[in-house]
Amino acid sequence: MKSEGVIRKKGLLYRISTQKELTLLSLPFFIYFTIFNYAPLWGLTMAFQNYRPNRSFSEQEWVGFRHFEKLFTDPDFYRVMRNTLSMSIINLVFGFVSAIAFALFLNELRGKAFKRITQTVSYMPHFLSMIIVCGLVSNFLAMDGGIVNELLLRTGLIKDKIHFMGEPGYFWWIVGFTNVWKSMGWNSIIYLAAVTSIDPALYEAAAMDGCGRFGRMWNITLPGIKSTIVILLIMNAGWILNAGFEMQYILGSNGLVLDVSETIDIFVLKRGFGRSNGYAFGTAAGMFKTVVSVVILTLFNKIAGMVGEEKLI
Amino acid sequence: MRRSLGDKIVDAIIVFGMCLIIIIMLFPIWNTLVVSFNEARDSLKGSLYLWPREWTLFNYQSVFKTDKVVNAFLISVYRTVITLVVNVFLSSLLAYILSRKEFIFRKFLTTFMVITMYINAGLIPQYFLYRDLVLINRFWVYILPSMVGAFNVIVIRTYINTLPASLVESAKIDGASEMKIFLRIIIPLCLPVMATVALWAAVGAWNDWFTSFIFAPKQDLSTLQYEMMKILSASMQSGVRQPDYLASSMQARSMVTPNSLRAAMTMVATVPILIVYPFLQKYFITVNIGGVKG
Repeated sequence: MKSEGVIRKKGLLYRISTQKELTLLSLPFFIYFTIFNYAPLWGLTMAFQNYRPNRSFSEQEWVGFRHFEKLFTDPDFYRVMRNTLSMSIINLVFGFVSAIAFALFLNELRGKAFKRITQTVSYMPHFLSMIIVCGLVSNFLAMDGGIVNELLLRTGLIKDKIHFMGEPGYFWWIVGFTNVWKSMGWNSIIYLAAVTSIDPALYEAAAMDGCGRFGRMWNITLPGIKSTIVILLIMNAGWILNAGFEMQYILGSNGLVLDVSETIDIFVLKRGFGRSNGYAFGTAAGMFKTVVSVVILTLFNKIAGMVGEEKLI
Repeated sequence: MRRSLGDKIVDAIIVFGMCLIIIIMLFPIWNTLVVSFNEARDSLKGSLYLWPREWTLFNYQSVFKTDKVVNAFLISVYRTVITLVVNVFLSSLLAYILSRKEFIFRKFLTTFMVITMYINAGLIPQYFLYRDLVLINRFWVYILPSMVGAFNVIVIRTYINTLPASLVESAKIDGASEMKIFLRIIIPLCLPVMATVALWAAVGAWNDWFTSFIFAPKQDLSTLQYEMMKILSASMQSGVRQPDYLASSMQARSMVTPNSLRAAMTMVATVPILIVYPFLQKYFITVNIGGVKG
């Protein structure tokens, strides 16, 4: 074994030469990420051009921030931003509360076998594709033959069938509920893992002090997984503009609820590919989304550091 | 500890609530299974919940008689298998490289990779890149962009870091090459985490329809999920033409409806996942978020 000093004296090239194999093996990965993840960043220059696909780069006309000005004065942009943020917040709140509550109650189950069955079943929807899930939603909420309408009619809760998929007021909540259905079980895994690291002695001590079941859940389990919750909140806050694409695109494809269903991703797709010469504008809208996400993520990461929680990066 | 009456009542309530959740999670899939085995015209009458009224295999026969659906199924299988093998192997290799503390480019490459998780150029620059790489409407568009996943690498690396470092060191002293250490020592020890990542990669590839939708809309390259997406959005938009094979099979035999055909396709698309996943479930490890750091 060589000492630190010798290695430093021999310098960088020497160290690379001793790690020739690792360096060579890692080179294809470097190239791969460069091509597939970094090269397209060059395409962001389109957002500042009057981009025409048939011109070469040097022939493009530069327009500065004109596309961004157009974006920020576009009434559709504010509509899709409202939809994106609303659905994101609904997803975030309900997603977190449901997963944490589910983990807490699962932890209270005594029967091992029953607990495992519940877990296995609850993870399952996570593995279904969005297409399948959307198919299920549209079947269940259909006007004719939809089970939800049938149940509500039979129990006398409603007098007329509800056109769930055509009523703008329901759309965000349908998306929110579907997301909870799909990912509640899966998202609870991480909290369940965090719960196992809580010292069992705490529960005994609390029981001695006359703390009830719910008291222990609230005062011991929940604080025990607090740092996990905070980290996940930060991670998810960065995705606040990723309200989703698939579900909104498919469930909104009947054209009745476009006003509330279109998210920023759908906006980018429709403007970018749907209109002639929309590439530059679509790129600008996509770039806005990435920049905002990174800023929010950095900000929340800082805040987490300040309040004494573990930082993400 | 003796349990009080109140404790038992709370237990009962929790068990009841969990049963309710199990039913809500399972019923939609069960109901689709029932519809897929029920005669299509009979299903239109509604009120079909827990058991088929008129058993038939005709819906499934229609699915597998349609060449386009069979072709889409095969494309889905090919891309899933190839992605799974390639992604798991390459992600593990990179994870091994990045787990070597003394590797001089370790920090740089890790950061270089982690950044890709947070920054992306967006859909349109991506489209132009694939066009320049001649990937549009080629089978390779399903494979190449998902050969390595940053997230998978981090998960595997976190796992490798828990293995004793002396394993690699002693192999090095014995003169083993890096590739040999990776293949003979790391892979056998990493099977549990690799199973987890394999499941993610497979499910991701199997369930994806967006890639076909944007980058490979050609019929020959359609996947099962994309075909289902076409039927679903056609049945949601009244007035839009159903895919022609569906229209013709409906006219010719008038025995299958979009809903029943989709139910059968849903089961064809779901069953492979449902079969594999209970076996892999024991390998599920929670992702250590701490692994993202540095």
